[in-house]
Parts: sequence; structure tokens; C-alpha cells
Amino acid sequence: MLKELMNKKDIDRALTRIAHEIIEKNKGIKKLCLVGIQRGGVHLAGRISSKIRQIEKKVTPVGSLDIAFYRDDLNIRKEQPLVRRTEVPFEITDFKIILVDDVLFTGRSIRAAMDALTDLGRPAAIQLVVLIDRGHRELPIKADYVGKNIPTALSETVEVQLKEEGFEDRVILMKAAGEEEQGA
Amino acid sequence: MLNKKDLLGIKELSAEEITLILDTAGGFRDVLGRDIKKVPTLRGKTTVNLFFEPSTRTRTSFELAAKRLSTDVINFSVPTSSVVKGESLIDTALTVQALGADFIIIRHSSSGVPHLLAKKLRASVINAGDGINEHPTQALLDAFTIREKKGTIKGLHIAIVGDIAHSRVAKSNIYSLIKLGARVRLIGPPTLIPAEIADMNVKVFHKIEEGLKGADVLMTLRIQMERQDKGFFPSTEEYSKNWGLTPDRVALAKEDAIVMHPGPMNRGIEIVSEIADGPRSVILEQVTNGIAVRMAVMYLLSGYRR
Amino acid sequence: MKILITQGHIIDPSQGIDGTGDIYIEGGKIKEIRVRNREQRTEGKEQRGKSKERRSGEEAREIQTIDARGLTVFPGFVDMHVHLREPGFEYKETIRTGTLAAIKGGFTTVCCMPNTNPVNDHASVTEFIMRKAAQEGYCAVLPIGAITKGQKGRELAEIGTMKHEGCIAFSDDGQPVMNSLMMRRALEYSKAFNVPVISHCEDLTLSEGGVMNEGLISVTRGLRGIPAEAEMIMVFRDILLAELTGGKLHIAHVSTEGSVDLVRYAKKRGIQVTAETCPHYFSLTEKAVEAYDANAKVNPPLRTERDIEAIKRGLQDGTIEVIATDHAPHHADEKLREFDQAPSGISGLETALGLSLRLVDEKVLTLPQLIEKMTLNPSKIMGIRAGTLNRGSDADIVIVDREKEYTVSPEQFASKGKNTPFSGWELRGLPVFTLSRGKLHEW
Repeated sequence: MLKELMNKKDIDRALTRIAHEIIEKNKGIKKLCLVGIQRGGVHLAGRISSKIRQIEKKVTPVGSLDIAFYRDDLNIRKEQPLVRRTEVPFEITDFKIILVDDVLFTGRSIRAAMDALTDLGRPAAIQLVVLIDRGHRELPIKADYVGKNIPTALSETVEVQLKEEGFEDRVILMKAAGEEEQGA
Repeated sequence: MLNKKDLLGIKELSAEEITLILDTAGGFRDVLGRDIKKVPTLRGKTTVNLFFEPSTRTRTSFELAAKRLSTDVINFSVPTSSVVKGESLIDTALTVQALGADFIIIRHSSSGVPHLLAKKLRASVINAGDGINEHPTQALLDAFTIREKKGTIKGLHIAIVGDIAHSRVAKSNIYSLIKLGARVRLIGPPTLIPAEIADMNVKVFHKIEEGLKGADVLMTLRIQMERQDKGFFPSTEEYSKNWGLTPDRVALAKEDAIVMHPGPMNRGIEIVSEIADGPRSVILEQVTNGIAVRMAVMYLLSGYRR
Repeated sequence: MKILITQGHIIDPSQGIDGTGDIYIEGGKIKEIRVRNREQRTEGKEQRGKSKERRSGEEAREIQTIDARGLTVFPGFVDMHVHLREPGFEYKETIRTGTLAAIKGGFTTVCCMPNTNPVNDHASVTEFIMRKAAQEGYCAVLPIGAITKGQKGRELAEIGTMKHEGCIAFSDDGQPVMNSLMMRRALEYSKAFNVPVISHCEDLTLSEGGVMNEGLISVTRGLRGIPAEAEMIMVFRDILLAELTGGKLHIAHVSTEGSVDLVRYAKKRGIQVTAETCPHYFSLTEKAVEAYDANAKVNPPLRTERDIEAIKRGLQDGTIEVIATDHAPHHADEKLREFDQAPSGISGLETALGLSLRLVDEKVLTLPQLIEKMTLNPSKIMGIRAGTLNRGSDADIVIVDREKEYTVSPEQFASKGKNTPFSGWELRGLPVFTLSRGKLHEW
């Protein structure tokens, strides 16, 4: 079964709000940069960056981060993650990093991302943006900016589909076929 | 996903698999450009360099690759004098595995040894050069370097000059470059280019000038001095005169052609210093890329699931 | 011990027998052979009647009867090319295990090559082998002496003395006689004793370092190749020397199309030359070594499809008159070594029949033609009394179930050498009984 959690409009509005919140919380965009986690986070970081530019008329640097090398589940995953490029072509030391991901779940990806970032330099602070927080944290990690909080079951899957990947912008919730009947 | 336990040769890889390795190597190339050149990816794993043939370069490159992936590395060099017959090959390999090796990097003067051991071992076997068969990671780093310089390999004219018959580097490169869509030319004396190789979709030239004309990539191979004694060519002087890479000859290639050499170079024999150190040379970049490619191979093999 | 084999399909090319019949054995000799279908009888009515009478008496119960209905009865096979490894390499094979493998494979006479340690280049070694074979052998063992001392190609071995001690032919097998003058002398000198000289044809300067057939596969596997010409050059040289000297030349293990052509040419010219090939040369190509399987490493190397076809034609038109095994057992540890360092050779005695019968299935040879190449022809070349069911000859007989299908499993070999590239092959045709000098073995 498939359920739409956010449509194109919802996503855009959430990102606009988040852009405003980032500027507000950081009192401007001085020494601020955006780093998106491969792959969805990278697109979202780009979108937030352009929204910030519209508001502040200034450019914030945007980077992409691949966390494959830092994952803690390489030995147990069924499928090995593809390695994508990490491109942070600017100095991050003493910068505030706005880390962007599409879905916050167990928190393990964020842990890996923070390790990856600290290997690149010593940021002044790391703040976290997620489009969806679906709960079930396994590590003490909390997002600073959330597009939408959605309570989910462990058996469910949340997928953020973006036009950069060739989809119509939307967020969907998928239930495992067997689970559906049990729930009913 | 590669889903292979071992890297035995390029022969055994598809174009997609080669591309996956090159793409993955890109991620590791980034890491090598940073202050902290190490990632925790394979921490807790053990790599053993099992070298039955001396090689400082390749061994060091693998050692660095393994360390930058946070594996522990042991170098296990076995002197293989055919006179001193000690432990059997299989026993040595099983011993190394019992030490806890997850990756065994093998170099051996006999072709097929990595293939033989891969069947007997649980650990991942990486061929670091077997006899005159293959040297797959060298071909991968060459492909990576060409791709970085030229954007793509497809359609490029790539000339390989030298002792094709006895070069595992040449063999692996021929397989990989053909698979990736390049047009491969082989240049050298007929004694060093097996006649059968013409069946492999390559063009053979015995005159270097003809072979280099319009080429995008010039790759020259180390000439082994002992070939002279076996009658493959009369003298290094004559070899150099006919097949050495000189400025005049390089000028026949495309203006933006790059020059490659797997090292170690015999300056003044297969390549003159003006070329080796010249602006077209990417020889030192090859060395750096070698680490990234080997990291990528180890990373991808670690994803093998039984 | 008296044995009666009844109603088997008997094929004996030495007597032109091909029909259903009985064989009666007494005292280790063939007493009587009677073929029903065709009127091919080898003995007079009188004698037959006598023995029949005797058998119908009280002694009848002492006669062991083998009901051979549905089975095929051949003279025990003669393998003119085996390596029994003793003395010196008992860890690979012994005369005991090698001859056991022989009779299991249907062979009752084996001629063993001299490349032992010490080399069989002296009557004392010949004597040792003969004694050992008499004590422990399961079948007849006929030694082949070395052509040159130590197989080094420098000095002729004492061919005459060794012949007196029991050597029936001479060869430096494993090594060619590289020196043409030495080969000439061997062919000349051997005429005095009327013994064949068996040539291992390999130009060592051309094959140097080679471990498989030279071709695209040797290039793509990084294995050094041995060109077919390394064999052909020596085949032609030896043919010319045979013509020059009038000596009896036998070409061992023919593996290439060119060699078949050269032998055919020589025969046309009336030169005294015979030739053998081995089951692996008409069963496998160089592809068998692609995965670096040292069990398929053999010298001369496995060649190409084209060579296989030429060898089959050579067998068909009589250019190649013998199928020998070149049984070359090695220890498993040796074959597990680096491909280029592993020793060459295939343990062949226990797969030869199954592989050769495929030639009959493929209609390359008729069954009698095949059996001729495994019995009568090698006996003729070697000048020995074997490979026949003639009355009065040793009761060397193999009874084969032609329909018996089986999977080759080296673990079950009687030979110590488990080195075969045919492991897992499905073959048809297996000996069920072997009589070696009258002694019955049931498999």
C-alpha cells in the first residue's frame, strides 16, 4: 500500500520555512554552509541554498557528503552502498554546517555524516535539517529543523522522491504487504 | 555491487564492473586529497601482502591503500628461489589466512597462482601481478587516469608500446581498454607481440611512427633487459632506436595526447627523460591514482556476501 | 584353476574373431576358444571334443563359470607407454599400484618407461623392475630401456645387455634425444637387436619454458606456449633418420595434426615408422587448462579441436596404429603447485577404455579396430606375445560391460596418481572382470 505524505507544494513550503528558520536561528548566514548527504540530502541542500539566496541575496556554499566509508553496517548490509562523491570545496573549520538529509530514522546515517565531517575539518557547529522525521531513533540525535514529523511503523518505508532524480516531487509511505493485513 | 570475493584479472570483469570500480575509486581519490587521508571503512580487517616476487612499488601502494581504509597490514615476503624449496604455495597461503587475513594481496612469478589460491581460501584474493598473465589493479589505475584526463575512454586511440608478450600490465590494459570501448594499438617488434593477439580486436604495428599517429594515449612498457639474451631483440640500443618514446615520435600523436608508463622506467631506453618529465606525462598521477583504485577494489570486495 | 567364460561377445583382432562364444582357461592359459555365430574356430574338433568330455566329468564343479551374456570379451589390453615410477618415485606410483590400476582398466600388459630414479639405463635396473614385477605385479610388466645413459642424450646405454635382461624397446621418453647424431646411432645400433626406438618428439629449444599449447589461450592465460612445430620438427627429423638408417621408429604420444600428416607421408614412402596417440589427445583441447587446472597439464600439451580431428582421421586410416595411455601418475601435492611448476602428466590407465570407446560411438573406429589398436598392434610393434586370445597364450582377458555408465572419480582409482582432467566425466564401458595370466579379478 502506498500513501502520499507530502506533495510538491508541501515540500516547497516546508523548505521555505526551514530556510527562514535557519536564517533566524543563526542571525543571518555569516560563516554558514550547507552540506547535503548523498543522495536526497544533496538536492534538498541545493534547494534550501537557493531559498536562502532569495531571502538574503547572498550565496551560501553548498557541499555534498557521501557517508559510505563511515557507515557502521558495512558488514551486515545485504547490499553494499554505492560510493558517491564527497564534494566540500570549501574550508569547514570554524564554519557552522547545516547538514541536510531527506529522512531521519535511526540516526546512524547522521552519526556517520558527523564523523565524515570532522575528518574534513573542525566545524564551529553542526545543525541538522531533515525533510521527514519518522522516529525510531537508535542514537541520541535530534534534528534542528524538520519539514514534517511522521510517526511510522518499523516495517514501513518512507521514500522522498525528487525531480532531480527524475520523479515528481513527493514523499510516500509504503507498507509491507504482509503488515497491511495484520494491521487490519 | 561487485559481489565478487576476489579480483583475479580484468578478463573476469565486465565493462559495468570496471566502471563501478573506477567510479568508486573517485570517492577514494577525494579522500586522498584531504588532510586526513584515512577513512574507517574497513577497520578491524586484516590485509596481508603475500609477495612471492619482490616489488616495492606495488606492495607499498597496496599497503597504503589498506592502511587508509583502516585495515591492519602485514607484509609477508616469501623468497622464491627454486633451489630452496620450502613450504608449498598452498600451505603458505593457508597459514596467512589462519593469521586472520581478510584480504590477501598476491604477487607471484607464475601465472594463475591467485586463481589457484582463490579457490582454496575464504579470504579475498587480489591479484597484484601473476607471471605474464595479468596485473589488474595497474590496468584499473591506468583506466582511471585516462578517464580523469580525457573524460571518457570510449573511442580513444590508445597505443601500447613494448614487450606485449611478457607484460601482464599490457594484457590487463588490453582487456580493460577494449571492454571500455577504446581502440587499442600494440606497437613493438614481432618477437614481443604474439601473433595470436591480433584476434583480440587490436591493431598491431611494428613501426612505432605508424602506430602513434593520431593517438590519444601513449603507454610505454618497461623493457626487461634479460629479453635481449633470449633473442627477442639484439640490443637495448637497437630497441630504443626503433621503439623508444622520443619527442619526435610523441609529436605524431594528438596534440593533447598523454604519456603513461607503469614504472619503473628505464630512462633512455623505452622512454627519454624529456617525455617522461614533460607536460604530457601523467606518470606520477598514475602512482597516486593507484592507491585510490586499490582502495576501491578492497572496498568493493568487502561487500561480497556468500 | 579352471575358468569358463560363456556366451560373451568375443572380439580378438589377432584371429579375426568377432562373435559370441566361449573361452576355456586352464593353468593360466587359454585352452580353447569357440565362437558360435561365425565359423571362426582356432582349434580342431578333436581337441575341443576332448576338453568338453573332460569338463562334463566330475571336475566340472571345479570349473568357475563366468556367464558373459551381454558382455564383451577382449584380449587383455596392451599399453606400450606407461610410467610406473618405481624405482625412485614410489610416492607417485609403484609397480604394485600401477599394475593394479592397469588390470582395473582392462590392461594386462604394460610397457614401462625408463625415466625412474635411477633411470632404467642399465641391466641392473631392468633386473630390479622385472623382479619387482614378478613379485608384486598384477600383470605383465615389460620394461623399456633408456636410449642414452641417464637419458642425458650423450652416450648410448647398453641396449643389447638390457634387451637380454628383458627390455623390449628403447626410449628416452620424458626427454627427446636432442642430438641428431645420437638419434641416428640409436636407430642404427638398435637394428642389431631388432628393437624399436620410441621417440618422444619435442624440440626442447622451441618448447623451452612452455607449459601448454601455443595459441590465443596461452596468450590470454599468460602461460608460455609450446608450438605444434616443436613436436613436428622432431617427428620429421626422426622419420628422416629412420629412412636413413632403416631402424624401427615408433613415435610416442602424437598430439598434432602436422605430426599425423608427417607420419602418413613417411608410411607412404615406405619408411618403417609406427605411431601412437593417447586418449587425452582425442578427448580434450587446450581449453582444459584455461582455469589453470594442472591436472590437464601434460607433455606434449593438449592441442586444438583441429588437432583432435586430425588424430581421429589418423586413427581411422591407420596412420596411428596404437592407443597408449602415457599413464603418468603424480602426487596430488605436486599437481597443486603453481601451474608452470606442476609436473606434466595424466593418470590414464583407468579412463583409457571409457574414453576410447567414445571413438566407437562417434563411428571413428569400429570396435574391432579400436581393440586392435589396444592389443594386437602394440604387441606387433613391441614384438611380444600378448594381446591375443590365441590358444596356448596367457589367459590375459578383459570382460567389459559396454553399457555400464559411470562417473570418473579419481578417489576410486587404484593408481596412486589421482591426476586426471576427466574427473566427473560420464563415460560408458567398464571392465567387470580381468583375467591376468589366468588369475581372475572381479570389479
